[in-house]
Amino acid sequence: MSVLVYTENWDGKFKKLSFELVSYATGVAKMLNTTVTAVSIGKVDDDELIKLGSYGANKIININNEKLATLDSQAYTSVISEISRKENASVIIISNNNTGKAIAPRLSVRLKAGVGSGVSRLPLNLNPFTVYKRTYSGNAFAHLVIKSDVKILTLAQNSFDLIETPANATIENLNPPVDGSLLKTVVKDVQKQSGKILLTDADIVVSGGRGMKSSDNWPPLVELAALLGAATACSRPVSDEGWRPHEEHTGQTGKIIAPNLYIAIGISGATQHLAGISSSKYIVAINSDKDAPIFEAAQYGIVGDAMKVLPKLVEAVKELKK
Amino acid sequence: MKILVCISNVPDTTTKIKFAEGNASIDTTGIQWVINPWDELSLTRALELKDDTTNGINSVTVIHVGPAASEPTIRKALAIGADDAIRVNAVSSDAWFVAAQIAEVAKKEHFDVIMCGIESSDYNGSIVGGMISEFLGIPSVSAVSAIKFENGQPVLIREIDEGKEVVSVPAPFVAIVQKGIAKEPRIAAMRGIMMARSKPVKLIEPVAVDPLTQIMEFEKPAPRAACKFIDADNPAQLLDLLQNEAKVI
Repeated sequence: MSVLVYTENWDGKFKKLSFELVSYATGVAKMLNTTVTAVSIGKVDDDELIKLGSYGANKIININNEKLATLDSQAYTSVISEISRKENASVIIISNNNTGKAIAPRLSVRLKAGVGSGVSRLPLNLNPFTVYKRTYSGNAFAHLVIKSDVKILTLAQNSFDLIETPANATIENLNPPVDGSLLKTVVKDVQKQSGKILLTDADIVVSGGRGMKSSDNWPPLVELAALLGAATACSRPVSDEGWRPHEEHTGQTGKIIAPNLYIAIGISGATQHLAGISSSKYIVAINSDKDAPIFEAAQYGIVGDAMKVLPKLVEAVKELKK
Repeated sequence: MKILVCISNVPDTTTKIKFAEGNASIDTTGIQWVINPWDELSLTRALELKDDTTNGINSVTVIHVGPAASEPTIRKALAIGADDAIRVNAVSSDAWFVAAQIAEVAKKEHFDVIMCGIESSDYNGSIVGGMISEFLGIPSVSAVSAIKFENGQPVLIREIDEGKEVVSVPAPFVAIVQKGIAKEPRIAAMRGIMMARSKPVKLIEPVAVDPLTQIMEFEKPAPRAACKFIDADNPAQLLDLLQNEAKVI
C-alpha cells in the first residue's frame, strides 16, 4: 500500500504545483499510515528530483524515455499504471490541470479506480473513503465516496499549502520500453507564449472587464500587474471584443483560476465570471456600481471609476515599493 | 466518417443552486435544463466540420445517458443540427457508469471521432471523455481548442500551460474539447426545431455497470467575510489591508 503522486515537470523543472501535490500526498499518506512515491516523466536531473523529498516523497521514480517527451495520454497512462501496480498504490494523486485531466480518467479505467476530481481538502473520511470536491461550478461542494480499492484524486491548484516534511528519499531512474502502438498522438508544432507570467500559476492576478470601457485604457492595468508581479486576465466580453487575448479570459468556459489575490477592475461579477474565480483566496473589486454583484464575492472593494482609481492605485504601489 | 457527440443535461448556469432531501441532491424545482455548455460548443464544431463537405463527415450523432425527462435537451441538439440521437435509458449515476454505457454503444457502432466537452457544469468532473477512450482502447487528446481535417487527417490544437501544440492523431479517437472549439454555440432555427421532431432518437437499455463513486451530500461553499469598502481617494489603505491583514502582497 502506498500513495502515488504524479509530479509533472516543465523542461526538467518542477513548479510550486508539483510541491503542492507532494505535500497533499504526504497528508494522505499520514492518514493511511503509509509512504509516498512520486512519479516523474521526463528529463529531470537528480538534484531537481530530490526537491520532492523535502515535501515528503519517500521514493522518487523518474521515467526518462525520448518517446515520452510530449504528452501521449495512452502512453503516459500505461507507464503510470505499471508503476502504480508495482508500488501497490491505493491512492493516486494527480493535478486537476490539463495534463492531469488527460491522464486521470484513462488511469481510472486501467486500474478500475474511482476518481474524485477537483478536490481541495484532505479526505474527510477513510471509511468510507470520502473526499470534498467542487461541483456546480463552485456553487456547491460535494462529499463524494469512492468505493473502489484504488482511488484517484485530482487536486485543485493552489488549494493546498506547501508543507515541508523532509524525508530520506531514494531516487530510481528508469527507462522502460514503451509500446509503439500506444504512441499515436504526434505533436507537429508548439507555440509557446514567452516571458509572461502564466495565469494559472500566478499568485496575484489583475483583471479587467467591460467597465474599462476600451482597450486603450489597459496600460495602467498592465502597469499595476507588472508592479505587483501579477498575471493579467479579463472577463469574457473583453476577450470576445478582442481587447485582450483569449488566453486571458477567466470564467466558467474560460480559465478557472485560484490565485491568492484576484483584483477585478470594471467587472460586474456575472455568475459565469465568478465561476472562474470563486476559489481565489482574496478578491478585490473596483467598480463604479455599488450594487455590482462582484462586491458580494469580494473581501475588499472600492466604489469608483476605474479610470480614476487605477492611476492612484499604481502610484500607491510605487510608493509602497520605495 | 461518423462523429459521435456526447451531451449531458445540466441546469442552466444562472440557476441558484438549492439542496433537497437532506442535502443528498439538488432541488430541481423550477430548473431550466440545457445542454452542457461545453457539449453545445462541441456539437457546434462537429456540425461545422460536417458543413464543409470536403471533410467527408456523413453524420453527427448525439448520445446522452439519462431518463426520459432528458428528451427535450436531446431534441434541442437535434434542432441545432445533429442527424440522430441515442439515449441510453438510465439515470447517470457516476462518470464511470456513463462512460461505460457510451463505450458499449460506440463498440457496436463505429465512430471515427468521439467528441466530449472537457467537463460538465454540474459535476465539473473532467472524467467521462478520457474514460470512454480507455474503455475503447483508442487515443484521446484533451484540452482541445480546435479541430479540423487536412487531407482527410485530423489536426487538433491542444492547450498546454505555456501555449498550444498542434497535434495529429489517427481516427478513431476521442477529442476532449474546451473553450475555443467553436466561437459560439449554434442556435436552433425554426426549421431545425420542426425537423427535429422527426429525427430518430434510438432508445437503448443500459448494460449492468456498478458506479465506483457516489455523492453522499452537498454543502454550500464556506461563507465569505462581507466586503470591506475602501475610499476611492485612499488606495493606500487597500494596499495596507492586502499587505498586513490579508497578507497577499
